[in-house]
Amino acid sequence: MNEVLAVATPTTTWYLILAALLFAIGAVGVLVRRNPLVMFMCIELMLNAVNLSFVALAKRLGDIGGQTTVFFVMVVAAAEVVVGLGIIVSIMRRRPGATADDVAELKG
Amino acid sequence: MELVVFVIAAAMVLVGAVGVIVRNNPVHAALSLILTLFGVAVMFVALEAHFIAAVQVIVYAGAIVVLFLFVIMLLGVDRAEDLKAEPFRLQRPLAAVLGIGTAGLVIAAVVSARDAIGSGGALQTPDLTGDGDSNIRELARSVFGDYVVAFELTSVLLVVAVVGTVMLTRRVKSGVKSEKGE
Repeated sequence: MNEVLAVATPTTTWYLILAALLFAIGAVGVLVRRNPLVMFMCIELMLNAVNLSFVALAKRLGDIGGQTTVFFVMVVAAAEVVVGLGIIVSIMRRRPGATADDVAELKG
Repeated sequence: MELVVFVIAAAMVLVGAVGVIVRNNPVHAALSLILTLFGVAVMFVALEAHFIAAVQVIVYAGAIVVLFLFVIMLLGVDRAEDLKAEPFRLQRPLAAVLGIGTAGLVIAAVVSARDAIGSGGALQTPDLTGDGDSNIRELARSVFGDYVVAFELTSVLLVVAVVGTVMLTRRVKSGVKSEKGE
């Protein structure tokens, strides 16, 4: 049993495959869901998938630069969420219950 | 042991991610998102990225998801979306094809490159292991050394984002003359 566990140690490839699955789920969510808030959450899923692969490769290559990149991705994601939610709030205030299909013009 | 951690964290990540796209109540989707983010944080710890794991929990689970919940509850958009109704024919099948295709292509690329990225066992990385706070020290040296200009620019980015959001969501008072006839 211990030998089996020693052989089946998760490698970088496992993390990258998991990141690919997470990215695909997020992409399907963006395409399928029509609530703008849930579409935003799916974008967060995709960003997290990319962060996971960055950190896995940083460990594999012994390079801290991957983790630095993840740090900056998180900052930009926070700014993106703030601006996006602001836009959603101002759209929802004019048209309660708007979905992504209703937002077809720039001047709400 | 690492295998057990990986399997549990991967289950958290995938269950949470599927939950985000199949739950029709936005509040439930946000809570599923927290599950995914915690699973990713566990994986960061397993990959010896301790500082990034802490930031993941604090910034993502603590700030971004709370911001989502604030907006959901302030706007009252928490009524369930009807997932049965399909707005466009073929949208769901095409999305499924694209998702499976994306996952398949990336996994095929990763598997075919597994010799280059070394699936034979995780490489020992002396500069990332060691005593408890060496990860934080390395990251600080990188962020405040090599990437200090980018770090300063992110502060500008955050200020611009906050000011822009305040401008977007501010209500024009009825007594004040508005400039654009809002």
